[in-house]
Amino acid sequence: MKYAGLLVMPAGFFLSIAAVILFPAPAPRAAFVLCGLAVEAMGLAVAVRGHMEARGERRP
Amino acid sequence: MNPAVPISDAVFALTLALLMLAPLAIAGVALINTGLGRSRSAAQALLGNLAILAVSAIVFALVGSALAGIPSAAACCSGHSFQLAGKTWNWLGAGPLLLSGFASAQPLSQLAVLFEFLAVAMAALLPWGSGMDRWRLTAGCAAAAVTAAIVFPLAAHWIWGGGFLSQLGVNFGLGAGFIDGGGAATVHVLGGLSALAVIWIAGPRKGKFPKEGLATALPGHNAVYVVFGCMLALVGWLAWNLAGAVIWLHSPLAVLPVVAVNTLLSASGAIAATFVVTRVRFGKPDASLCANGWLAGLVASTACAGIVNPAESILVGVVAGILTPLLVELLELALSIDDPSGAITVHAAGGLWGLIAAGLFAPMAGQLVAQLVGIATLLGVMLPLVYLLFAVLNRVHAFRVDPDGERIGMDLHELGGGAYPEFVIHRDESYR
Repeated sequence: MKYAGLLVMPAGFFLSIAAVILFPAPAPRAAFVLCGLAVEAMGLAVAVRGHMEARGERRP
Repeated sequence: MNPAVPISDAVFALTLALLMLAPLAIAGVALINTGLGRSRSAAQALLGNLAILAVSAIVFALVGSALAGIPSAAACCSGHSFQLAGKTWNWLGAGPLLLSGFASAQPLSQLAVLFEFLAVAMAALLPWGSGMDRWRLTAGCAAAAVTAAIVFPLAAHWIWGGGFLSQLGVNFGLGAGFIDGGGAATVHVLGGLSALAVIWIAGPRKGKFPKEGLATALPGHNAVYVVFGCMLALVGWLAWNLAGAVIWLHSPLAVLPVVAVNTLLSASGAIAATFVVTRVRFGKPDASLCANGWLAGLVASTACAGIVNPAESILVGVVAGILTPLLVELLELALSIDDPSGAITVHAAGGLWGLIAAGLFAPMAGQLVAQLVGIATLLGVMLPLVYLLFAVLNRVHAFRVDPDGERIGMDLHELGGGAYPEFVIHRDESYR
């Protein structure tokens, strides 16, 4: 689960870069860059969740 | 960065002098981290700081400086690039190996190299504090080598060495491109994210998260180290931010006093806010959290001290100071992340906030989007990359010390002697 989250995060980066390239207008460009960051936040949340579950299983 | 920008002898001498003071920031952070750790690991913690500094400097000189693409007199901002959407995307530096040609480089390039040596040492040092009390010294040095050889050079090239983030302004009209005058991204966010990777890989200290009940408090062993480290860090940070403003933002001398005042105000606003928040939450102000708040204010100023005005600087510090204790609690109690030095909160979160603030308060149009793209790069590329590299390294050379070492303390286990030999080391209740 942690690896899945970490794999999602680069997708957010590519979304941000695509926004910069594809949208010359400031508003949609900013909106899609924020979407990229939101994808990264979701990936980070999944990775953190995976860490917590792994911790719960390993507790003495 | 443009090394072709001429600087006078006076500016060169001043910046060089500032860079001689900047290591005090590293010393301050080292002292804070040691104080926040346990007494039975204090010598290993401080020795680890020195060892990591040495390893990162050597590896960066041998390999990292070439990948960072340190601009030389012969070729400004050269590097490996590709074409996409009609723009050039410079993604990897192509500097000389072993710092050849350094002596004949432009004066500003020489200062940039010196700045990057300090930056890589600090970036490699930050995870060490988070892995305290369970991270083996040799594994810490190996991680520092990876940081200095691969991770830091990539970020430094993208942001400082003419890479694609620094060219966002030229290529896409996004302000002045990604701005990071003092290393908030290349040093602090990178170091904080590396700390998160280390914590995920090494796991929490034994007894930190019992099967039932809340997380166990493992307070630092010396609050005097922590608070004195904050004072030491202020001196280093002032020098660091001033030197960064000259080297990376090309700020004129007249702006430097404002940068210094902004640095001080940001830290002051942060510690005042943390003082109030901890006073309200716990009934009394907490020394270690206030120290972390102070440091978070300094970290936030690293990104924006050369851009904001004094009033905005106080605001930046106050927000950093409010976030710090709340995030520390969230990470420890809700997310089971054992970060003894608070590097994730102080350096990663503080640095990210500073970078956003730089975009918010910068007068250039599109600067905020440039900063957000830079943040997306740090989170979306650097964190997975660091985690992957460290996870592979952990397979080769285990990060975590064996349970016996953790029980008797890292000093006795790894060094054969404690930092305080005349003190009685008490048995840890959690090992009963």
